[in-house]
Amino acid sequence: MSDTSKTVKPDPGAEHQNTVAPADDPTAAPVSVVDPRLLIRDEGLKGYVTEFKRKIKGGELGSLPVVIGLIVIWTIFQFQNERFLSADNLSNISYYMSATGMLAIGLVFVLLLGEIDLSVGSVSGLASTIFAVFVVTHGMNGWLALVLAVLTGIAIGALQGWFFARIGVPAFVVTLAGFLGWNGLMLWLLGSSGTINIPADEGPVKLLGQSSFFMDQAIIGAYLLAGLGVLSMLVGSVGEQRRRKAAGVPFRPTSEIALRVGALAVASFAAAAVLNNASGVSNALVIFLAALVIVDFVLRRTTYGRKVFAVGGGIEAARRAGINVPMVRITVFAISGGFAAIGGMFFAGQTASATLNAGGGNTLMLAIAAAVIGGTSLFGGRGNVWSALLGMLVIQSIQTGLDLLNMNTSIQYMITGAVLLGAVVIDSVSRRSQKAAGRA
Amino acid sequence: MSATPVLALRGVSKRFGAVQALTDVELEVHPGEVVALVGDNGAGKSTLVKTIAGVHPIDEGVIEWEGNPVSINRPHDAQGLGVATVYQDLALCDNLDVVGNLYLGRELLHRGVIDEVSMEKNARELLSTLSIRIPSVRIPIASLSGGQRQVVAIARALIGDPKVVILDEPTAALGVEQTAQVLDLVERLRERNLGVILISHNMADVKAVADTVHVLRLGKNNGSFPVKTTSHEEIIAAITGATDNAVTRRAGRRDAEAAK
Repeated sequence: MSDTSKTVKPDPGAEHQNTVAPADDPTAAPVSVVDPRLLIRDEGLKGYVTEFKRKIKGGELGSLPVVIGLIVIWTIFQFQNERFLSADNLSNISYYMSATGMLAIGLVFVLLLGEIDLSVGSVSGLASTIFAVFVVTHGMNGWLALVLAVLTGIAIGALQGWFFARIGVPAFVVTLAGFLGWNGLMLWLLGSSGTINIPADEGPVKLLGQSSFFMDQAIIGAYLLAGLGVLSMLVGSVGEQRRRKAAGVPFRPTSEIALRVGALAVASFAAAAVLNNASGVSNALVIFLAALVIVDFVLRRTTYGRKVFAVGGGIEAARRAGINVPMVRITVFAISGGFAAIGGMFFAGQTASATLNAGGGNTLMLAIAAAVIGGTSLFGGRGNVWSALLGMLVIQSIQTGLDLLNMNTSIQYMITGAVLLGAVVIDSVSRRSQKAAGRA
Repeated sequence: MSATPVLALRGVSKRFGAVQALTDVELEVHPGEVVALVGDNGAGKSTLVKTIAGVHPIDEGVIEWEGNPVSINRPHDAQGLGVATVYQDLALCDNLDVVGNLYLGRELLHRGVIDEVSMEKNARELLSTLSIRIPSVRIPIASLSGGQRQVVAIARALIGDPKVVILDEPTAALGVEQTAQVLDLVERLRERNLGVILISHNMADVKAVADTVHVLRLGKNNGSFPVKTTSHEEIIAAITGATDNAVTRRAGRRDAEAAK
């Protein structure tokens, strides 16, 4: 066969499963001719449109549902109450979303593994209480107390991860136990008083408070941040284009880079203008955005991030590739616990206190909903950390909008529940159509 | 084909508790040679390749690498020597793209950051030297057909520049066209002067690409044949352990009926 059949055998690249082609297909003959099934985007605007259609059909919705959802939500609330899209209210949204957003960042890691962490709300409450106890009861330096509280969160996450990875207890059971247990520990620490007020004029609580703004409300501050973001994207994209060109691999056309950078510039400078119109960019938001940038880098550009995606996409394949799967799992849960604790610091900053209901109520649901609404799949292996930002925008808009309309907590819970369900339905349906299109 | 085998097993035995899985097995693989390892279920094929791959350390005997005795106790040892194993069930991550899968666990770094550009460049070069054509190196593995996934899995084994590649049933569960694709790739591995150990149940595949057939039966060598001069029936006879068996009886009956 090695001699005779080689001439008979069709070229392996010209394997026609999708397109039935005659045996004397002219495209199969010369090697240089482009394989008809190659995914090549046409030049110009037409190419974008066809690729966009292909992706939608294949269930690769990306951030489309969340952007549409956000527009719908904002329109509805604006009609109900014209103060909704005021600078002050949008500034409020941007401040309050940072706390739960921190929890959502941690959850993105866990969701990428295809697991769930139900303890993040309780851990955030516990962290804020530990912080308050250290600062108020023991008179400890605020920053030291913050470090200890965050380390506690990391340790809690690692412990839960250990039970999951080494003992083999399902993650949702371990973290459900944590949900109850850490909440109990928090109540025990708070004791009979129920609330510990933290002095808001110094340390982390001041920094994360509602009246703490980037560069002390200087007008230039917001634009500086926006400019920094746009500039780094521009430099990064152009640099990558140049390196790809030099290496002779496909690169993004300049028009596309201009389009993307332009879109980011419009969005970020508009946001900066709105926030300046209110009172500036809150430091909590700045920290949240910085965390997003750092985590995005870790997930996309480091071997650790690649390992997280690999474990989420195929445990056996990851193991055979030499990845220490239990280690990845434990560290991911530790990261989730750490971000939950940081979120707890934000909660403490919001109220300048540690209270019985810190991190309770629907905090957990909101954080999960944010990550999923933003486009991180519950089934693992797909998503990115920006979903925490997009999802939180939606969630916090709903929260703030309902507050503006003086809705009862009962209604808020029902609506939040419905939104979470809707997000999960979109995730499941898009996964199914991805499977149908051979992309999952 | 050079005189010194790149890999040689001399009198290798392996025991699992009361089960003697391998007894005094001999095997030689030369650079640029495709050795087919055949045998019935439970003949010890998988155990044999697992001893080479370092999954099961051998109990007795010697493994020689380029003429020198070596000890392979862990998968890491085998990889260090230059043995790459492609397992029957595909070991690829569906959500990662082709480049990500090829380099999974050994990403190229540039100042501590994953160097996507170099990885993509090398991946394209590797795939084109192997004449592997896939829609794009940047689409997730989930989008590829079974045959395309198998060739990616084999290409992945080549990233570490191995000298011996073990393919465990690479064409099981593949269609005709896709099987041809994989067999083409096996031939290209031989052209690159790699030693290839091919486990297969499919005699047509074995006859198509292998140079030598090693037959295992009940954990022992039961003959080693040059493919070109050996008939299908001889190999079957060696696999089943006798000339008189269900397969030959059936063939004989058919011949007799045809004669009538």
